[in-house]
Amino acid sequence: MSAADTTTELFLDVRGLHKRFGENVVLAGVDLAVPRGSVITVLGKSGTGKSVFLKCLAGIVRPDGGSIRFDGRSLNAVNAAARAEFRRRCSYLFQSNALLDSLTALENVALPLEQTTQIPNREIRERSLEALRQLELDKHRDRYPSQLSGGMQKRLALARAIVTRPELVLFDEPTAGLDPIRRNGVFEMIVKYQRQFGFTAVVVTHDLPEALVASDQVALLDGGRMQFQGTPEAFSLSADPTVRAFRDSAGALRDTITALRRGETVTSKEDL
Amino acid sequence: MTRALGQHTLRIVSELGDFAVFTTRAFTAAVGSRKLGRRVLRAIYEQGVRCLPVIVIVGLFTGLVLGLQGYYVLNRFGSEGLLGTLVSLTLVRELAPVLAALMLVGQAGSALAAELGIQRNSEQIDALETMGASTHAYLISPRLIAALIVFPIQTTIFALVGLYGGYLSGSVLLNLQSGVYWSAVHNAVGPQDVRECFTKAAVFGLLTIAICAYNGFNAHRRRTSTGARAVSASTTRAVVFSSITVLAADYVITSLLVNQP
Repeated sequence: MSAADTTTELFLDVRGLHKRFGENVVLAGVDLAVPRGSVITVLGKSGTGKSVFLKCLAGIVRPDGGSIRFDGRSLNAVNAAARAEFRRRCSYLFQSNALLDSLTALENVALPLEQTTQIPNREIRERSLEALRQLELDKHRDRYPSQLSGGMQKRLALARAIVTRPELVLFDEPTAGLDPIRRNGVFEMIVKYQRQFGFTAVVVTHDLPEALVASDQVALLDGGRMQFQGTPEAFSLSADPTVRAFRDSAGALRDTITALRRGETVTSKEDL
Repeated sequence: MTRALGQHTLRIVSELGDFAVFTTRAFTAAVGSRKLGRRVLRAIYEQGVRCLPVIVIVGLFTGLVLGLQGYYVLNRFGSEGLLGTLVSLTLVRELAPVLAALMLVGQAGSALAAELGIQRNSEQIDALETMGASTHAYLISPRLIAALIVFPIQTTIFALVGLYGGYLSGSVLLNLQSGVYWSAVHNAVGPQDVRECFTKAAVFGLLTIAICAYNGFNAHRRRTSTGARAVSASTTRAVVFSSITVLAADYVITSLLVNQP
């Protein structure tokens, strides 16, 4: 199937995305093809521009060049109607959760419905409570975000993201700062609710093992470009040097630590 | 040198334009915004109820000092009977709107700039934008509408407490007959003075809260600092610019209204 044929079937189609901050080129022509209903994880080292890429998709950061097509419609700067429709059909889960700290859990979840729809207040309350129930937070509906644990805040942010019944959810480092058990829990939650609600998910992370298990496709962002996009199986077998370096980073660490324990001199790796 | 001056001028003009668009958008976005009334009430509480103690305290001491100074100055000319006139006109025309606005900037304005700056830093404003909500309608409009209601009320309270302060120092401490004081107040203050007082209060309220909101909302655009320092710098800038604007606007309004019948 040619690229032209696949374009019409893609839910989100990113071509040649560029972004620079002063002299620092962060994205130098990033491509990503996202089929409808799939979970795609964008992997990459810290500081490679994964979050910037996701913010360009969400419209928080304006890209310098390239094109983004959502469900066949271009999201360029002048197409305000398409951008508004994108915002209506898309949700964004921030790395920091970005919960409004002066609102209770219930008010946080109800906020997108209150501010962007004309749904009656009673229905907003019912839908918000339902979202809290699904994320097992209904007992904490009157608590403020600062009174919730890190994991609960993450679930609350997800409840707010799904309450509008979005077709696309963008997850920015959803497991940042969490322990391995909670990391697993977050990925489990993403897959569970993706199956339940059928949204398309783009997840940005550097947690390789979880991403390989939870995703339909993985992509690797490095050097300002997408170095790989394919199935987790293809990623595991890829002979591409960048993919191998990222994939083998755990093994490389083990070798380095072993060498250091033996008293051998180890040349430090590039930027950490 | 010329180039730097030109760039600086362009930056100021551009920022003024940006500020005008920001304020206009805040008012236009309010139309049809859901639960706006509830947010306006909360803003009235923040700007009004929470700032009331400081308004009463500063108003009382201003009146006390005006009464004392005025009494001794007028006493030199044997005109102590005009103390009520001096205190009331000074308060109603100038001191009440200006000092009340400066107190509100110091308390409510700085709090607003810091709150919005922190919300910007913690991506709460970005979150509102990504969910398609109008950040202006949600965060700015209620504060501006509340300012148009609260500033005239706070100014009135300031003036009334100040008048009572003048009475305390002039009549209770220095034995000027209370009837003389209050009748001078009654005869001196006319509708024109009250109109000038309310005009100033409303204009100061609108300008200062808009300046504080603008600086907090755009804390991330500061070139010289980031993070917590950007919030602190934006808050300082908001208070300084608001205070200067109050004094400059006071001069402009006074010069426009002072000769009107």
